Amino acid sequence: MSGPIEPAARAATPVTQMFGTLVGVGLVCGFLIVTAFQATAPIILQNRIEARARAVLQVVPGAVESHPFRFVSAPEPHFEAAPADASDGELVFAAFAGDGALVGVAIPAEAMGYQDVVRILFGYAPGEQRVVGLQVLESRETPGLGDRVEKDPAFVGNFAALDVTLADGGEALVHPIEIVKPDPTRSKTPWQIDTISGATITSSTVARMVRDMAALWVPRIAARLEDFRPEGAR
Amino acid sequence: MSETIRPGQEPVSTTDEFLKGLWKQNPVFVQVLGMCPVLAVTNTARNALAMGLATLFVLVCSSTAVSLIRKIVPKQVRIVTFILVIATFVTVVDYVIQAISLELHKALGAFIALIVVNCVILGRAEAYASKNPPLRAAADAAGMGAGFTFALLCLGVVREVIGKGALFDVPVFGPSYQEWVVMILPSGGFFTLAAWLLLFNALRQRRARRAAADAAEEVAA
Repeated sequence: MSGPIEPAARAATPVTQMFGTLVGVGLVCGFLIVTAFQATAPIILQNRIEARARAVLQVVPGAVESHPFRFVSAPEPHFEAAPADASDGELVFAAFAGDGALVGVAIPAEAMGYQDVVRILFGYAPGEQRVVGLQVLESRETPGLGDRVEKDPAFVGNFAALDVTLADGGEALVHPIEIVKPDPTRSKTPWQIDTISGATITSSTVARMVRDMAALWVPRIAARLEDFRPEGAR
Repeated sequence: MSETIRPGQEPVSTTDEFLKGLWKQNPVFVQVLGMCPVLAVTNTARNALAMGLATLFVLVCSSTAVSLIRKIVPKQVRIVTFILVIATFVTVVDYVIQAISLELHKALGAFIALIVVNCVILGRAEAYASKNPPLRAAADAAGMGAGFTFALLCLGVVREVIGKGALFDVPVFGPSYQEWVVMILPSGGFFTLAAWLLLFNALRQRRARRAAADAAEEVAA
């Protein structure tokens, strides 16, 4: 780095030149950034839509197509088809089989984990009344510890067939999801989620998200299954 | 290749300008600069390579641009101008990586944006590009960028192979390998960097000893 500006040098550079240089460089830089943004925006948007669609098909086995639907609470609670790039409002993602039949609905959730926000997507199959899959979309948890929520087969297995059967009246679950510590001596019920020893905070966060979001969304979805039609969303 | 002679200096070719960043003045192993991405995103070889290439692109573009405008930028506003130029190319890289792979963008996280404050880049702009013509500035930046990428890969390869038993996500030890998780944790970055610095310093000292011995033999002869 050079030393302090000498008085002679300071006097020799007119203020207009300094100002003009900054404005000129700023304009060129602005042009470059906007051009790069314009050129890459459609590709980035397409990448995001594809990544979301892939995640939906992974958490709902048997699905070949998915579309976002937005929950609208007034005047009457219902779901309406949302654009493929929708990101605002209360969204869920309906997954359909090849013949257009609804296979399941993927529900997104996010909550604070041990280090940062953990974002997940889990699949709910209304026909079986079960949670049928879970994927962690975003996590910065400790490698080897917190990231076991993605890799530990026993923990991931919690969400392969988690019971979320609705009670008569359809407003609550028969057996609210329970979060328990792993215990090989205890027989596990289908509505229990075992946490991971050594990754208690992250695994409890994921389990709580599924418990709370299932309690919220399963009654809503089950009451309006007729809203989920692929032809309306295409 | 073109050569320039500065007062009191040996002529240096453009090729030498490029090569010095790879070895003699390697930004990581010799100058120990830019430690933040070196330690943070070298947990896998793929992340290390991507971060190295992103930094190489920003280095070459910003050094060339700074060299092109060096005669019109007043001394008083040079630093803010350099930062503006560097930040522009980092933003472009950020968009390009998102377009190439969202997964890669997620893996590199905040460290893409932090390329703006990588001292290797501002250092080359201030110390070299602002005083030399564009071709030499580009060669210097390409050498430094390649050296930085090489160093990141050195760390990334060791950490992924030991920490995950894989290289570029391809298993190398088979399923029975017990992963050394510590190597992909932050502390593993320090251990690996220390080992590489030890190796490089040992090599440099051996070379210096040999040169001294050769010189002594010549004098004796």
